Parts: sequence; C-alpha cells; structure tokens
Amino acid sequence: MQNQVQQNKNNMANISNLTRGIIKENPIFSLLLGMCPTLGVTTSGTNGLGMGLATMFVLIMSNIVISLVKNIIPDKVRIPAFIVIIATFVTIIQLLMEAYVPALFEQLGLYIPLIVVNCIILGRAESFASKNGVVDSLFDGIGMGLGFTLALTLLGLVREMLGAGTIFGWNFLGMEDPKTMLVFILPPGAFLVLAYLIALIKKNN
Amino acid sequence: MAYLLIIISAVFVNNIVLSQFLGICPFLGVSKKVNTAIGMSGAVMFVLVLATMVTYILNKYVLVPLNIEFLQTISFILIIASLVQMVEIVLKKVSHALYEALGVFLPLITTNCCVLGVSMMALDLPSKYSFVEESSLSLAIVFAFANALAFGLALVVFAGIREQIQITDVPKRLQGTPISLIAAGLLALAFMGFSGLV
Amino acid sequence: MAQKIESSLKNMVIVLCAITFIAGISLAFVQQITLAPISASHQQKQINAISIVVPEFNNNPLETGIKTAVQNDSLTVYTATKDNEVVGYAILSSTNSGFGGTVQVMVGFTPDGAIYNTSVVAHQETPGLGDKMTTEKFRSQFVGFDCATKKAIVKKDGGDVDALTAATISSRAFCATIRKAYSAFQQITNQKSCADAESGATKQE
Repeated sequence: MQNQVQQNKNNMANISNLTRGIIKENPIFSLLLGMCPTLGVTTSGTNGLGMGLATMFVLIMSNIVISLVKNIIPDKVRIPAFIVIIATFVTIIQLLMEAYVPALFEQLGLYIPLIVVNCIILGRAESFASKNGVVDSLFDGIGMGLGFTLALTLLGLVREMLGAGTIFGWNFLGMEDPKTMLVFILPPGAFLVLAYLIALIKKNN
Repeated sequence: MAYLLIIISAVFVNNIVLSQFLGICPFLGVSKKVNTAIGMSGAVMFVLVLATMVTYILNKYVLVPLNIEFLQTISFILIIASLVQMVEIVLKKVSHALYEALGVFLPLITTNCCVLGVSMMALDLPSKYSFVEESSLSLAIVFAFANALAFGLALVVFAGIREQIQITDVPKRLQGTPISLIAAGLLALAFMGFSGLV
Repeated sequence: MAQKIESSLKNMVIVLCAITFIAGISLAFVQQITLAPISASHQQKQINAISIVVPEFNNNPLETGIKTAVQNDSLTVYTATKDNEVVGYAILSSTNSGFGGTVQVMVGFTPDGAIYNTSVVAHQETPGLGDKMTTEKFRSQFVGFDCATKKAIVKKDGGDVDALTAATISSRAFCATIRKAYSAFQQITNQKSCADAESGATKQE
C-alpha cells in the first residue's frame, strides 16, 4: 500500500518534471534562454523542428550523464567538466546529422556546433541535473527539450507562413508565386515574430 | 584594403548580432544601461581577439595536420573557457581598475556564442568574402576585432534605445521582453539598409 | 548517497583528465562509425546533382572527375557516358562572390556546348531572396542556354539573364559560376579534339 502511494507520488513528480518545461517554464517564452538558435535558424518550420530535436538530444543525454557523475566531480571544476560533456554530445549529434540527414545539416550549418553554448543546456545541467537523480533529470531533459522544440517549430512555422507562404514546405495558398511578406524570413522578422508570440503567451498566463 | 572591407562588412552589413543572431543572450541581458553595455563590449573584444588567435593557430597547426577536425567544437570551447579564466586571473593581478570594470562580465563570456561562432567562421574567410584569396592569421584577427566592434556597436545603440523605452508608456502586454525584441527588430531593419554596401 | 569529492588539486586534475579522455575516446569511436556514411552521402549528393544536369548515363561519372584550371581556381569536370558514348559533361563550378559567400553550382553541358541543366549544390544566400536561385523558375532560363551565342550576365549589366527580384548579387554569382563552367568546358573539349586529331594517340585526360 505504502509502496503504491510512493509510486504514485513518483509518477506525479515525473509528470510535473515533464510538463514544467513545456508550458510553465518554457525555455524560450518564459525563461528567455537559448536565443541565438531560436532566432537564427527558424526561417522555416522544418529547420525549427530539426534544431529543436538536435538540442533535445544533447539536453537529454547531458542531463543523464551529468546527474550520474555529479558526485565524482569536484565543485570547483564543475563548469569545465559540464562543458566537456556537453561538447562531446554536440559533436556526436553533429557527426550523426552529417551522416544521415545531410540536407538538414547544411541548412543549420554553424548553429549546430553552437548548441554547446546554448544557455539552456548548461543552465539545466547547473540548476537541475547536478542536484537531482537520473530519472528526474531524464524527464526534465525531455520536458525542456520538448518545450524548446515546440517553441522553435512554432516560431519557424509562423515565419514560414508569413514570409514564404508555405507550411513545412507545402504551399497552402495554392498560388503560383504568392506575394508574401518577405521581411518575416529576414533577420528583423525573427525579432518581431518572437516579440508578438511572447506578448500573446504572456496574456494567457 | 581587405582589412577595411572586412571591418565595414562585419560592423554594418552582416552585423553579428542583428543579422546573424550570435550573442543575443548578452545583447538582451546586459543592455539595460549604456555603461554596462560598454563594459561588456570591452570584455568581449578582449576575449574574442585572443580566442580567435589561439583557436586559429590550434586549428592550423594541430587539428588539420593530425586530421582530427571533428574535435574542433570541443577543443575550441575548452580554449575559450580556460582563456576567460586566465584573463580573469591575470587582470586581477595586473590591473585592478580594469578588473573592476570588466570582471563581472568575464564569466558570462564563456557561454556567449559569438566567441565560439566567430572563432569558427574566422577559419574559412575566403568562403565568406570574395576579396579574400587565402585565409591568414592576420585576417582572422582583423575579422575577430571587426566582429567585436559590431557587437559593441549593436549593444551600445540598443542600450541607448532601452534607456529611452524605460521612460515611455508601453502597452501593458508589450512591457518587458516583447518591446525590447520589437526595438531590436526595428534596429535590424535599419541595419538591412546597409546590405549590398560591400 | 555518496559523498561529494572535495576540490583538492589532485582530485580536480584527475577528474578533468578522466572526463576529457573518455570524451575523446567516445568521439573518436563515433567518428570512425560515421566516416563511411558521411563520405557516402557526399558522393550521393554529387551523383544526384550530376544526374539532374546531364542526359541519362550509365557510367559512374565520379570516377571520371578531372581537375581543370580556370581563373586561378580549379573546377572538376565529370564526363557522363552512355554505352561508351559521351552524353554530357557535368562541371562543378563555384564562386565566393555570392551575397552570403560561396555559391556552388553543378552545370551540365551536352557535347555541342549548350547547357542541359543546372543544380545548386551549396549556397548561403538569404532565405526568400537569393535562395530562389535554386528554384525551377530561375534555373529554367538556363536550359538550352548556349554561352557561345548568349551572354551569361544579368540584363542589368547588359547580358541575357533575368536576375532574381531584389537579389542581383546572388544572380550575378550564379552567372559567374556558369561562365566559369563554360570556360572549363571549352578547355576540356579543346584538349579532346586535339587528342582525337593525333590519330592513334592514346586518349589524354
């Protein structure tokens, strides 16, 4: 009986670890972390999704590894140790993407190695994974990763729809050469769309 | 001439913050006051030029000859992180006044993506500029310096705008981050006017 | 829960070295695994581009690649043959005068010197503006384009090419790759006809 109660409690904790990152503490819309890739690669929904998934992989893996080894890392060298672990996973995903999804790899370009300096990853390592167990960290990684992916895909989709007139490459207007608002896939559009998305979400909170 | 073109191109045409989105975190984070913006720009310039110099040499004489370019990301970020630490220690010993001015910003620079981004872009300048025939250490250093200038310019201008925003009446829902992002968007739009210059 | 290791110099050095060592080993391992798929995907990309730009062939053009020097740059020329008869030449041409830097285009010629088709292999042009050079609409004007009778220069500069709207620099870069490819084509065919003239002489590269 007591075990079951404990079990339920654990499940609840896992779910809250998972959902926290998606909605309440969404890394982009409310924590404002990891802005560079958010603005840089979201010229289309596909790019946003690809970047989100790549970041999610690194986030989950580094969260797991860091929560496993947190006790053998002396406090003073914790940041460099975390950075090495994160950089390793970034290079792994970089090599894997180059091998198996070369088209996306070329689209994202420089922003893939830059996942290393994405503040979300080091931020979660420092504030969550280095203080919690493996399972909690895993769910935190999945949640934060999903939140990040969701935000990036949304931003990319809005920009793609307004700027190119397509959804994931599908021409939903059905026009030959639609007159679209190009500015939205150019750099200024990234700032503007993100600004209004944040304003909208803030209202609902 | 190539040096001048690189500087103009990096500062105005392809501004690292406003058109390539590198270094957005400090751009939004430490741009509330012009004074702190200047301090941050100074610290970034210091680290950026130094880091690009070291990573360029490492890449050319160690990684490429040994055919282990896949270690680029990990070795560059380690160099940047340790460089930042070293600069902090040296500054503390040598010039206390400078340390007071830049010290607080230094730890933030490790995770400033413009340092890693610029040091990687500096490896292959000929693919970026048609007037550059061959990459060289001096060009890489000028490139780093130019991008630091660009970062500083964007940061200081933006901080000036934000100081003005603070005393204006902003619609409630746009207060805080949204209005800053809109201002940044308009600034980026203004910088697009320079495109085609180089 | 295990006690956290204290931050003595010895511990810090050991832990950091161990982490970096493990990171290095695992990266080398992943690199070994992905080496073959990466080079395969690069080759596949070239093959795909070649099969777009020349008529149907049944040899492996990648084996026929020859370097040709053009304007202090060297371009690779691939010969496509069908049943040992040359059906076209695919030339990988590049320039760094694009708006975002390097533009790489595979240009295909039929043996009579007309362009069969073109395919953009790599570019960093602005999404929505310069990257429209990859569209059928822009490239179709080069199908059947003969550099001997037409000028591969944008109309604005007195040539015969319709530039992309608001992307003159990108269009100029594209034209530059075409002109370069054509001079490489001329060199190759000149060498060929010389070699053929020397009756009985073994075929030269």
